[in-house]
Amino acid sequence: MRAFISSVYLFLYAPIALVVLFSFNAGRSASEFTGFSTAWYGKALGNTFLVSALQNSLMIAFTSAALAAVFGTMAALGMERLGTRTRAIFDALFAAAIVVPGVVIGIATLVALVAVFSFVNPALATLWPGDQPPQLGLGYGSIIAAHGLFSMALVTMIVKARIASLGRDIVEASSDLYATPLTTFRLIVLPQILPSILAGFLLAFTFSFDDFIIAFFVAGSKTTLPIYVFASIRRGVTPEINAIATLVLVASLLLILTARLLMREKKSKSGE
Amino acid sequence: MTSASTNDIEFRSVAKRYGSVTAVSDINLAVPKGAFVALLGPSGCGKTTCLRMIGGFEQPSEGAVYIGGQPMNGVPAYRRPVNMVFQQYALFPHLDVERNVAYGLKQMRPRIATAEITRRAQEALEMVRLGGFGKRRIHEMSGGQQQRVALARAIVNKPKVLLLDEPLAALDKKLRTAMQIELQSLQRELGITFVLVTHDQEEALSMSDLVCVMSTGRIVQIGPPQEIYDRPASLFVADFVGKTNRIPATVEAGANSLRLANGVGLAKPANANGTVGTAMVALRPEAISLVRDGAATLQGTVTHRIFLGSSVEYSVEVDGLGDFLVTADRRSLNESDLAEPGERVGLSFDPNALHVFPA
Repeated sequence: MRAFISSVYLFLYAPIALVVLFSFNAGRSASEFTGFSTAWYGKALGNTFLVSALQNSLMIAFTSAALAAVFGTMAALGMERLGTRTRAIFDALFAAAIVVPGVVIGIATLVALVAVFSFVNPALATLWPGDQPPQLGLGYGSIIAAHGLFSMALVTMIVKARIASLGRDIVEASSDLYATPLTTFRLIVLPQILPSILAGFLLAFTFSFDDFIIAFFVAGSKTTLPIYVFASIRRGVTPEINAIATLVLVASLLLILTARLLMREKKSKSGE
Repeated sequence: MTSASTNDIEFRSVAKRYGSVTAVSDINLAVPKGAFVALLGPSGCGKTTCLRMIGGFEQPSEGAVYIGGQPMNGVPAYRRPVNMVFQQYALFPHLDVERNVAYGLKQMRPRIATAEITRRAQEALEMVRLGGFGKRRIHEMSGGQQQRVALARAIVNKPKVLLLDEPLAALDKKLRTAMQIELQSLQRELGITFVLVTHDQEEALSMSDLVCVMSTGRIVQIGPPQEIYDRPASLFVADFVGKTNRIPATVEAGANSLRLANGVGLAKPANANGTVGTAMVALRPEAISLVRDGAATLQGTVTHRIFLGSSVEYSVEVDGLGDFLVTADRRSLNESDLAEPGERVGLSFDPNALHVFPA
């Protein structure tokens, strides 16, 4: 039994360990370790295509995560006030958004966006006063929208759990002590749910930064880091790709770890 | 009903419904300025709903609640001159004790100077004997201390009315008694109207000067504690407030007499409430004395004895009437001995101590 479990973990993590190991390989080979070197990291960071893809990814991840954090929190707060039945429906919808496969979300978003563009663009063209009406198309905006929408469900789930543990009576106590609803939100609710919002933001960021499938469908001509890696892998796996993968892996792990710490810290505090 | 200006709180024909469920109805209540009123009743009787309607957390479906003569319909909680001590205290866990207490003062407009806020918060903490605890975190305080922080957080604002929602329910017996005394003296000191919600009749009787007994969404009796105890308006009140023995009986029309279910006839008591026909008679355990006298009105056998120190509680199986509870002074029989389980005793009482209600 133990051997079986070990082999499962080996199967899961050995390839990742190899990627990390070969990112430090001195030679070009992906199968033969010829010596330790950090040269591939330098090479990766000197690659202008790669760096611009990285910048795109960071910008998209940051923007979509920020949007998801704001709207996800608003959704979580709003759902508090729904009736039991309506809330159950929305709960199910949010859970569904998380379990629907990326491919489906990608195709669905692409189809939806193209449909919207084909309707909006002609309308814009007739309404626009100048000669050159703006054309909506696939690009950063569409990736941000797709990622933001998905990770909003993530944020909502996390923040909602925190709000549920908050209890209605401290909100009522604040109101009893002359605080308007806005002040109550600012002084009482927000400070208590902030860690969960941050945790949601970090998870959303990680998701967007790592996502290939959805981005691939809606990116248009733009390149994110995962798309770049996918494209360059067709020319063979180089230690440069390994170096990028290692960097992404480390960054993702750090973000997720921070998110978990934020969620756990609040839980233990409220448990007292 | 007295004029609005002398009453801090008035309920005028108030009803509250949630969908098709009626939580309370036909509530008429006037609480004079500076009174200590207790809303007493079993859980689900609507007492908390009434309190929440004063606080502004619920709006009445019918009628109106007046505070200081002003109708409060539609006025949100944060614009009402009342403060509440919540059952679970509802302290803000991310603020220290002093910031919890200062919270209400900081929200007041026109603004109060910071130095003044600090001074008043300190003063309120002194009042509840928590001076020097200002910088503590909430979770570093014990249950009893948290309770006092909640109290300080409410009284620091000098509200017209202080609302207390089962404030002592979470405390142990000793602490509860201490807090009862503390609350009473605090109320006299501040001269603020207190409205206390409780299901504990002892608490209601000992602390308040007006008790409002509620049952299934209605007020069944309002009066000073003694009156509630001595002249219960219904069998429910007699049962709920204090302990009582229930005896089935018949009041014979015309004949000035009362016949108990075991056939014993008695002179009709003064508290017969005009009842005729089948009735239920209530008799307080402490109105009965045990006697070693075969000629006493009721005879029975002692089944249990609970020694309480200054008094003794007996369970007596009365012939033809079943179990009776008798609370006797420990020296009621004679200087040293108590009735033993199994012993035959007589029960004697003043017929005027009987309360007769329609069955």
